[in-house]
Amino acid sequence: MSADGIVIVGGGIAGLAVCEALRERDRDVPITLICGEDRLPYDRVRLSELLISGEDADTLCLRPAEWFEEHDVTTLLGRWVTAVDAAARTLTLDGGQELAYGTLVLATGSQPLMPPLPGIDLAGVHPFRGPEDCRAVRTAARAATRAAVIGGGLLGLEAARGVVEQGCPVTVVHLMDRLMERQLDAGAAALLAPALAERGIAVTLERRTEALEGRDGRVRALRFADGGELAADLVVVSIGIRAETSLARAAGLEVERGIVVDDTLATSAPGVYAVGECAQHRGVVYGLVAPIHEQARVAAGAMLGRGGRDTVYAGSVPSAKLKVAGLDLVAAGAATGEAEAVTVDAEAGVYRKLVVSGGRVAGTILLGDARGSAALIAAVRSGEPVDDPLAALQAASKVSAADLPAEAQVCDCNGVCKGEIEAAVTEGGCATPREVMAQTRAGTGCGSCKATVIEIVADAAGGLSDEPAYLCPCRRLTREDVAHQVRADGLRSVSEVAAACGAGRDCGACKPALAYLVSEVNANRHREERDARFINDRVHANIQNDGTFSVVPRMYGGVTTPDELRRIADVAERYGARMVKVTGGQRIDLLGIRKQDLPAVWRDLDMPSGHAYAKAVRTVKTCVGSDFCRFGVGDSIGLGIAIERAWEGLYTPAKVKGGVSGCRRNCAEATVKDIGVLALDGGRWEIRIGGAAGASVREADVLCQVDSPEEVMQVSTAALQLYREEAEYKERLYDFVPRYGLDRLREAVLDPERSAALRERFAIAKAAVADPWKERDEPYHPRQFADLDVVGPVGVE
Amino acid sequence: MRWRPRARCCAPATSRTCRWGEGRALTVGGHRIALFRTAGGWYALDDACPHRGGPLSDGIVADACVTCPLHERRFDLATGEGSAPGDRVAAHRVEVVGDEVWLEIAVPVLAAA
Repeated sequence: MSADGIVIVGGGIAGLAVCEALRERDRDVPITLICGEDRLPYDRVRLSELLISGEDADTLCLRPAEWFEEHDVTTLLGRWVTAVDAAARTLTLDGGQELAYGTLVLATGSQPLMPPLPGIDLAGVHPFRGPEDCRAVRTAARAATRAAVIGGGLLGLEAARGVVEQGCPVTVVHLMDRLMERQLDAGAAALLAPALAERGIAVTLERRTEALEGRDGRVRALRFADGGELAADLVVVSIGIRAETSLARAAGLEVERGIVVDDTLATSAPGVYAVGECAQHRGVVYGLVAPIHEQARVAAGAMLGRGGRDTVYAGSVPSAKLKVAGLDLVAAGAATGEAEAVTVDAEAGVYRKLVVSGGRVAGTILLGDARGSAALIAAVRSGEPVDDPLAALQAASKVSAADLPAEAQVCDCNGVCKGEIEAAVTEGGCATPREVMAQTRAGTGCGSCKATVIEIVADAAGGLSDEPAYLCPCRRLTREDVAHQVRADGLRSVSEVAAACGAGRDCGACKPALAYLVSEVNANRHREERDARFINDRVHANIQNDGTFSVVPRMYGGVTTPDELRRIADVAERYGARMVKVTGGQRIDLLGIRKQDLPAVWRDLDMPSGHAYAKAVRTVKTCVGSDFCRFGVGDSIGLGIAIERAWEGLYTPAKVKGGVSGCRRNCAEATVKDIGVLALDGGRWEIRIGGAAGASVREADVLCQVDSPEEVMQVSTAALQLYREEAEYKERLYDFVPRYGLDRLREAVLDPERSAALRERFAIAKAAVADPWKERDEPYHPRQFADLDVVGPVGVE
Repeated sequence: MRWRPRARCCAPATSRTCRWGEGRALTVGGHRIALFRTAGGWYALDDACPHRGGPLSDGIVADACVTCPLHERRFDLATGEGSAPGDRVAAHRVEVVGDEVWLEIAVPVLAAA
């Protein structure tokens, strides 16, 4: 390490932000980043996602290892700095190694506060700060019967949400008379508690925990100062953080609640800076992410002697966004002030407030309806003058991104301003929101600003010429946008998605697409909401032009029995089918069945659903193959039935029809099927994909040739799963294959590892599939198939 | 004198009758009505799309509109106004009294019923 180099201690968001700010200004200065944890910097703000998803911390990684290589940033992982000699400009690493520096940046962050309560060391009591805590809490929550979270701040509430998602009831215990007292006023807090209760999170206020009671070394209850008790076999402690200052203190730096810094983030020792949660600026220690990027920019400018427009840090307006499924909460600046404008709809759980002090916007709280949040936060940060607070608050809900000033910070997670997003389009050569997000990282953190980013990109590009295929055109959200939201927030139902990003609320056309997406991402462990499904999928039959339905029972591989045919005939007569028709997919269609008769029809048929009404795997058509045909070289019936059974019941972006032909004569028309298989001489099989013989005609592409029916199953199942995961809703395989690229598709499904992973996800999804016609006995809803009863007409005037 | 017959549904203002975000059909004096339950409240429209008679009660409901399942014509739940010019279905007054939904069907054919 050269003596003029910059060493950053702390591999968190702040440490990385300093790296980035330095590299933006200087490509050559040597930088070393020392990370105490054995991993590259990750997005701690999104930590609660790990608690919900159970994913590895690597998924939150802010920059991949290549980034550090490309940008010449040396990283030391899993190394701790034990001492700093500010006079000699050296530091000591664990193990005794010494390192010289030209400039030192302390980005040591903070530690969770653990109150010195009796019983705090009991098993089952966890802090909530790092990925390890997430893992421990997640595991414990799955086994626990009752959890308590001590601390009703932002992090505590997110921890509670993670616990409840694991199926464990949870109570948040808070010392103060309202939740998030630093961000919220009494009115907003009063509405927040019932909104949390709806999501299974109970809240108890003004309770001081005096001790943790245990049995056999494990926690069993909290005991409060007022004598009350709360049973809990899992306790998460999230009462706040304390700046990590021990290294600075030992080095003789001026330390109060944090490491004291001036307006350039310089500490009391020459050549030493402090940034982030460990720093105390003008008496304030910030515990939120938004100020970090501002601080990092100023510090980098000061260190390099070229601050540009960021020469002085004058403090930040703190802002917070609560990430609890389907709950919009944004708070910025002061919660109370000289003048206040408030609009409340208690029933709908909506609370919107604008705080004004000295004639300028000083704070805002938006609960349940966060429209205009970007504009309001920008107004708070810039201290915009305001005459009529109520008018300003009402106008904000109609504000579009175009009204934001260029310096308004849009993405708090990554510190990206509107001007930078516009520049990515006008100067950076980006054409789509996706490209802009990749380049600027705006919208890639918690995702709450994504809609604003898309709007800004659209405006800057003069309308999106390369308009992406929006899943929800009303809200301009793509499938990837929504999928990201679903994954990030652990959303399990369409209504949660609607609450989180508005998709599906305006015209409703995308609700079936959302329903598919939610089911696919959750591997069918989603919360089914039938209102989001097309009528066919509400009653598992195909609506006809007169409002009656058609019923097609499953006949695997097009093979039936005399007994089944008898039952079909009886049903057709008993329920007055207007027509009985043999379909192109080798099955029998009963047309003109009344909705209210469907359960009885299914019961009398006693055959599984054929899914002829659904975007799902429908049929696998077969020829008679080697069993009967004098030309057949392969057992097409056997393989067709096996495929149909394996894929039965799985929903897909659009309908999927298969076919297996026993020889090149191709009597099952496998070359115009979504997925087709042909038996070749010598026991080999050819797999075709992307064929069509409907609205368009397309010969299926040859995916590959394989040696056995087992390989056919493996390759074609992997291809089907890839389609399930990657296609747009309503995108047929014959459109998907050319768009995705045949070579790319082939690479994915023929690679043993990727294929195995696809098949495993397929198997997980399939395991949660049930025959929807079983709803004849256990209906989704008592009135699923029936009209409402009516008394009347009465009361004639 | 104007006839304003009212129809009463049996204990319908509950999730056992009509789930949030869905519609249900009912018949009053031979007249088919689609009743909808949304976050914004209860709404009632004639249950026949003016286009080809599609059952609106089987349509997909958003915050304030319903889409016919047959050919995707869209109607405002409160007014019955269609998204295409001139498209319109009759909208009926709905009132929730306790756990019952009261419908006021003001249709001439009903006066005779």
